Amino acid sequence: MLRLVIQRGLLALATLVLVSLVIFGATEVLPGDVASAILGREATPARLAALRAELGLDQPAPSRYFEWLGGAVRGDFGRSLARPAAPVGPLIAERMRVTGWLALIATLIGVPLALGLGISAGLLRDHPADLAISVVALVAQSVPEFVIGALLILAFGITWPILPAVTVVSSDAPLAALAPNLVLPAATLVIVMTAYVLRMVRGSLIDVLDSEYIHMATLKGLPHRRVIAAHALPNALLPTINAVALTVAWLIGGVVVVETVFNLPGVGRLMVSAVEDRDLPLVQALGLLGAACYIGINLLADLATLWLSPRLRARQR
Amino acid sequence: MSAPPLLAIDNLSIGYAAADGMRVVVHQVSLTLDRGERLGIVGESGCGKSTLALALLGFVRRGGQRLGGTVRLDGADIFRLPPDAVQRLRGRRIALVPQNAGQALSPGMPVGDQIAEVLQTHLGWSRQVARSHASHWLARVELPDPPALLRRFPHELSGGQQQRVAIAMALAAEPALVVLDEPTTGLDATTQQQVLALLGELVAASGTALVVVSHDLGVIARCSDRMAVMYAGEVVEHGATDATLTVPRHPYTRGLLASVPQLASAGIPATLPGMPPVPARLRPAGCAFAPRCAWADAQCRTTAPAPGGGGGTVVRCHHWRRAGAAGAAVVTAPPRPIAPSGATPHLSLCGVTVSYARPGVLDWFRAPRQPTARPAVSDVTLALAPGTTLALVGESGSGKSTLARTIAGLERASAGTLHSLDDDLSLPVHRRPHELRRRIQLIFQNPDAALNPRHPVATILARPLRVFHRLSAADIRRRSVALLEQMRLGEEYLGRLPGQLSGGEKQRVAIARAFIVEPAIVLCDEVVSALDVSVQAAVLQLLIELQQRHRVSYLFIAHDLAVVRAIADTVAVLYRGHVCELGSAAQVFTPPFHPYTASLLQAARLAPGAPGAGPPAVDTGRGCPFVDRCPRRIEPLCGQQPPPWRTTAPGHRIRCHLPPEQLDQTGMPPHADWRST
Repeated sequence: MLRLVIQRGLLALATLVLVSLVIFGATEVLPGDVASAILGREATPARLAALRAELGLDQPAPSRYFEWLGGAVRGDFGRSLARPAAPVGPLIAERMRVTGWLALIATLIGVPLALGLGISAGLLRDHPADLAISVVALVAQSVPEFVIGALLILAFGITWPILPAVTVVSSDAPLAALAPNLVLPAATLVIVMTAYVLRMVRGSLIDVLDSEYIHMATLKGLPHRRVIAAHALPNALLPTINAVALTVAWLIGGVVVVETVFNLPGVGRLMVSAVEDRDLPLVQALGLLGAACYIGINLLADLATLWLSPRLRARQR
Repeated sequence: MSAPPLLAIDNLSIGYAAADGMRVVVHQVSLTLDRGERLGIVGESGCGKSTLALALLGFVRRGGQRLGGTVRLDGADIFRLPPDAVQRLRGRRIALVPQNAGQALSPGMPVGDQIAEVLQTHLGWSRQVARSHASHWLARVELPDPPALLRRFPHELSGGQQQRVAIAMALAAEPALVVLDEPTTGLDATTQQQVLALLGELVAASGTALVVVSHDLGVIARCSDRMAVMYAGEVVEHGATDATLTVPRHPYTRGLLASVPQLASAGIPATLPGMPPVPARLRPAGCAFAPRCAWADAQCRTTAPAPGGGGGTVVRCHHWRRAGAAGAAVVTAPPRPIAPSGATPHLSLCGVTVSYARPGVLDWFRAPRQPTARPAVSDVTLALAPGTTLALVGESGSGKSTLARTIAGLERASAGTLHSLDDDLSLPVHRRPHELRRRIQLIFQNPDAALNPRHPVATILARPLRVFHRLSAADIRRRSVALLEQMRLGEEYLGRLPGQLSGGEKQRVAIARAFIVEPAIVLCDEVVSALDVSVQAAVLQLLIELQQRHRVSYLFIAHDLAVVRAIADTVAVLYRGHVCELGSAAQVFTPPFHPYTASLLQAARLAPGAPGAGPPAVDTGRGCPFVDRCPRRIEPLCGQQPPPWRTTAPGHRIRCHLPPEQLDQTGMPPHADWRST
């Protein structure tokens, strides 16, 4: 098992290096470079050359890549262009705090909720309760998240003004000030992700409950509770681990639409403004971070699946 | 007042909900079983056997329900007991050995725990005690190294081992009644024989009563004292097993018996026309079997026969006296003419070896693998004459399918040469010339997997024609219809999807798909193993007709020796990738035998005491491949030197250290079973 973990970890690391190459390569082939972006209209060949020399842009691409990657490993992503003299790292960290809290709250509420509702619906297949859960989930999944957000604002921000409709504090505000602003965005995300994960759990559980080995467990005379807990759930929840992982990665990567609706200063909106400003170091850093999140969480999900599933584990040996 | 019988089924009916109402699958079945008795239930698929078996445990699959009648276990109506009372009976008083142990064992739980939880639940034992008892049961079902096996997961076991685990699980709490639902279907003959022998011993020792459900008359003959024949949800004949098999009273029983291929005679068994009716909302007015019955008359079509008969036999037939008077029902079609030999072979293999040990991408990340992998096929030399059938027989894992896949170009031979006339078959299929690809066609065991479920039959048949011939749509249709007709399928089948066809019809479509491009060689990989005996006979008949009409050669892979006997001209016996006997069908099925052939024949007769118990040990790579299971090995010669080929008669060769005159013994027991008559 340890060897498997190391193997998978190395594979994930290799993927990340590959992604970094793609990100660096993409900004490299784009017309213009950081120097021309900084100078803008004031660019003259002489000033460009001087700035390039100052920023090290006259070095060959491979050496710049390694320097950038080396910096990234140490947490130094260079300096933002649009926000002069601001180092990229702390800029992201500040926004990440908001996004992180949001993702954490949504996950802690959404995942147990989705599992609970999904399992209930699966066990009560075709019962009115299952029907109600399934229909509501389908509706929640079909309605775009900005509509859900807008409805929540309308309800709890305007009709009954108990929560702030849009965020007015900045990203470095203390948590106590930030918290009320996170409630509605988190609720929106919980609704969206719960609907998705719940439907996965329900479908998977129904498949498993129809399987031969569940019939066998019943016909062995095991009490219903044990059939469900020992035989049905472990096998039914296995395939949903990856769905949960993808959802969490999506949350951490920044949920642009929800952040925009609630005017929340998170990573997603930072990304959008970095692209608008052609702030290349920031775009590169955010791209790399996003990829690292996806790869890392998927790695965890894969390992969890392998650990829980003897069949897959054996195949990997 | 005497105690109630162990099991009493009274007037039981079960139906499944369908769009147009309830379909009756089990219809007014009444049977009883006493302690220690063994009852067999036989019939084609779709006759309601499995539904009945599960109903004995008070279980009806989703969508189904009990329409009437009772199942009483120790006098208690199992369908009226509260759920927790039923759970206390299941596994404790009445246990199930499921149809497919591979799917019935929980994939994520070690097998030891799955046995132990029965004991923990029913006997209230601690996990520790239950596990040690489970280990004891694994030893009793003759599995190697029980303490280690306890921690294994189901997928780490072979099919035979999984079935043994399922048996241990059923017997662990010492129930009074065990229900076996197709206990050995899907196991090869040797394993099947071992499992049945083991079951017999265990049950005899404990006095457990058995209900054995099977479509295989051989299994029923071996495992039951009384048998019930089911047709369209009804028990049509019920009596002592011996009497029923020797003098079947119901025309359906006679038809079933006659359609079983006989080891003792070549030729295709008589076919039972038609197939069981699809369960319907309304029972037919007359006898359900009348549409397929040669003796049906006006009375049969209007009046359902009441149970009749005598002398311990109950028959639902108006004409049972006639059937009884007609005596034993061995109706065998005349052997077909032997194809001429001496022509240039359609297919010749010389020294073919196939090895699967090839590194994959992920192997780069692993420790280098030891080159221990034994070749799947080793040094095979065979020839297939035009218009004849060469059968490859052997247990699963003997390399039969690998050899067929290599000929088809799906695997590559690591040594040796393969030719079809002038064409080199060592090329993988995508690099073979068009014409060669057309000449060699493959039919698979499972038509469900081989036919695209979204394509209607017309598309399935048109696709190969488009690939190999440039024909107009009208020509394609004309050829498809003509071929379907040869398959005894009407033009209306062109529009149907595979899901709308029965198992036999699907296999006919798969055969049509292979024949539509007029191949010279057809590789048949277990094409009849998944079919009911009655359908099997019809498909075999069809294959022979097609061979005579189109002069194709068959490479016929099967593990059922009686089927091979029926269809093959020449037979090659494979053991772990080695050919150990080769000859005409008549030669291979009569002495002298290779010891392995002898053991296969013995297993096919379901004779007790066949050698070869236990799983094969590791092949040392030297010596005879069969050495570890051979009852007649010569120490230490057989383990050290590869055996020589010995020619016993022209065209008959056996690879064994023993001289042919010592290979006459079959090791068969003197008593003959019903099959050999």
